[in-house]
Amino acid sequence: MDVLVYLIPISLLLGGAGLVAFVYTVKSNQYDDPDGNSQRILSDTYDDAPKS
Amino acid sequence: MTTALRTPVSACPACLAAPAAEAIAERAVPKDARISLSLPTAHCAACIRTVEDVLNAQPGVSAARVNLTLKRASIDAAPSVTPEDMIKALDRIGYPAHELDAGTIAATETDKAGRDLLMRLAVAGFASMNVMLLSVSVWSGAADATRDLFHWISAAITLPTIAFSAQPFFHNAWRALRNARLNMDVPIVLAILLAVATSLWETTLSGEHAYFDAALALTFFLLAGRYLDHRTRSIARSAAEELAALEVPRALLMVGGSPVETPIADIKVDDVILVRPGGRMPVDGEITDGQSELDRSLLTGETLPVFAEQGLAVSAGEINLTGPLTVRATAVGQDSSLHQMAELVAVAESGRNRYTSLADSAAKLYAPGVHILSALSFLGWLIYSGDARIALNIAAAVLIITCPCALGLAVPAVTTAASGRLFKKGLLIKHSTALERLAEVDTVVFDKTGTLTNGTPVLRGVQGYDRTDLSVAMALALGSGHPLSKSLADAAQAAGVVGATVNGLEEIPGYGTKGLWQGTPVFLGRAAWVGARPLASTATYLKIADRDPIAFQFIDAMRQGAVETVKALQDAGKDVILLSGDTAPAVEALAATLKITRWTAEALPSDKVQRIQNLTDKGHKVLMVGDGLNDTAALTAAHVSISPASALDAARVASDIVLLGNDLDPIADALATAVSATKRIRENFRIATVYNVIAVPFAIAGLATPLVAALAMSASSITVSLNALRLR
Repeated sequence: MDVLVYLIPISLLLGGAGLVAFVYTVKSNQYDDPDGNSQRILSDTYDDAPKS
Repeated sequence: MTTALRTPVSACPACLAAPAAEAIAERAVPKDARISLSLPTAHCAACIRTVEDVLNAQPGVSAARVNLTLKRASIDAAPSVTPEDMIKALDRIGYPAHELDAGTIAATETDKAGRDLLMRLAVAGFASMNVMLLSVSVWSGAADATRDLFHWISAAITLPTIAFSAQPFFHNAWRALRNARLNMDVPIVLAILLAVATSLWETTLSGEHAYFDAALALTFFLLAGRYLDHRTRSIARSAAEELAALEVPRALLMVGGSPVETPIADIKVDDVILVRPGGRMPVDGEITDGQSELDRSLLTGETLPVFAEQGLAVSAGEINLTGPLTVRATAVGQDSSLHQMAELVAVAESGRNRYTSLADSAAKLYAPGVHILSALSFLGWLIYSGDARIALNIAAAVLIITCPCALGLAVPAVTTAASGRLFKKGLLIKHSTALERLAEVDTVVFDKTGTLTNGTPVLRGVQGYDRTDLSVAMALALGSGHPLSKSLADAAQAAGVVGATVNGLEEIPGYGTKGLWQGTPVFLGRAAWVGARPLASTATYLKIADRDPIAFQFIDAMRQGAVETVKALQDAGKDVILLSGDTAPAVEALAATLKITRWTAEALPSDKVQRIQNLTDKGHKVLMVGDGLNDTAALTAAHVSISPASALDAARVASDIVLLGNDLDPIADALATAVSATKRIRENFRIATVYNVIAVPFAIAGLATPLVAALAMSASSITVSLNALRLR
């Protein structure tokens, strides 16, 4: 069972990475307009300077 | 979002002046203004593009962006650009818009509380997944040192997570206990703490069962419920609060013959104020100079404008239509009629029964129940086995199994689904129990002016008038800003009439407009002025030379969906009543068109409240739909209330639900949705109870291993959420 010494930290790190990524998306206002974002991707005008 | 970065000022005495100087500079050089508009009808990718393209094409606009989730557009524009221009531009392409108050938006935009909850939820989710992984290996047979190691790692993850994520529950439970009350959070906190404490104890003794995963899953599910609840309510609350106030808190005070803009709070009795055409009376007073017409519809519901001249008493809130008026204030602040109206609201509020929500009544049954059950099983096992460790373990298991996860999710999951659905239709649920109360309604009371009707006059039967008369009337009407004139000119234009050439056009405030057409004097205005016999309905009169005056009659156009809504409500077995402050013929005519048999005309604000109180005393649950100041007290007195977004600020604040669009249709839908939502909430409570009834005997018998607890908890939470999603 020595492999646990590596596996447990690895699993925690992976989970932690997910958590950090989520925190980043919250901080950068990516959940402000989920409906709009899902519709905007269908628009064929290229928005090269998206505003926040 | 960009925040203006300001260079930090170093600590020196001379620099103390810098912030002040900066403030002055900021005032002198106006920055780009940010305009926010509510767009109740935006719903698709094409809408986003159309709206953004139109807004960006307006002169002075530097950037415009639509937020579809909040149905809102924010515009960065030069200070010269006014929200009215933007609203007009959007109106032309078929998107009704309302201005939002930029000041309040800044406060709600970041939504700190919501973000805070989301962080706690994320941390709890992360921790519970990791601990669950470790638990799976324990359940599948890890033993001895491996099991202890896993338990210790679980403890290391759980303790800081609980300390961070469960804080909202700790706070709420503490607040309740301090006031010697029990709420839903007390058993939650007890379950979490007891689970963590027994698990730690078991771990130090290398025991077999630890409930770390259960404690975390509990926190996660409950936080999910809280977050949903918060999200629905904050969207509704911010949107309702941000609708800009219609009342302007400023008045033009006459100082030495010239008007000076002054805050209303500084106006004193006997001050002389100038009220421009189109402006609202800031105070109660008496007209000292000028002639005009007054629109009292928001205060009294009357649609006919009142002639105003020297000596007439005016009340705050009335709109001055044609000529500038100077008014001497007779009552300000506390004594003004506006404030007396506010007192009527306060009285109505105190009479309102405090409604106990379904969740509260469930908690009242539930909280003492689980405590007693858990304490009894602890005592029972202590006496039976004499082992405090086993007894404590069982008690913790009982608390976890009876966990209020499902109860905590039961209401928010349903209200989120229901409010989301209603928001799409253009209804904002402002109050958390509004849906439940709406479901109980059996009587619907409507106000007339501004609610069932648009509150704007429309010319009746354009084709019935002679085209020459129309073209003269149109030319005269174009010379005035009076609502009847505007409506007449619009109707004539729509009918393809071209205005005649009228020379020497002159507006006589309070009376009408006159001019010279082909050498003969022509007049358009009040009946008495042109020498006509006044009709009962709203009308303006045209006189050409010596011919008999022609009356142009106006009707207050019905709001879109009014007929359908009234019919749908009557079909659903609700009593529909019309309560208006307008004159009897006008109310009767509308009642007849809408097939409403019970109506009251010339009702004063206090009459409306009285009527609703009487209905309530008879055991009816009343839904009040109204928009004016005269409805405010009635809106508060009713069991539940709805007001359109075009309503006065005070009315919107007093009502539980705000109707964003121009259409009344969603009201009937809302009643149906509310009924099915309440049914789902009750179903959810039943499901949660069934789970408990099945699982609790296992827990008391000592058969509930952490695996069983985890299964029961997740299964009930998921069933409840899925049931909420079935809402149609």
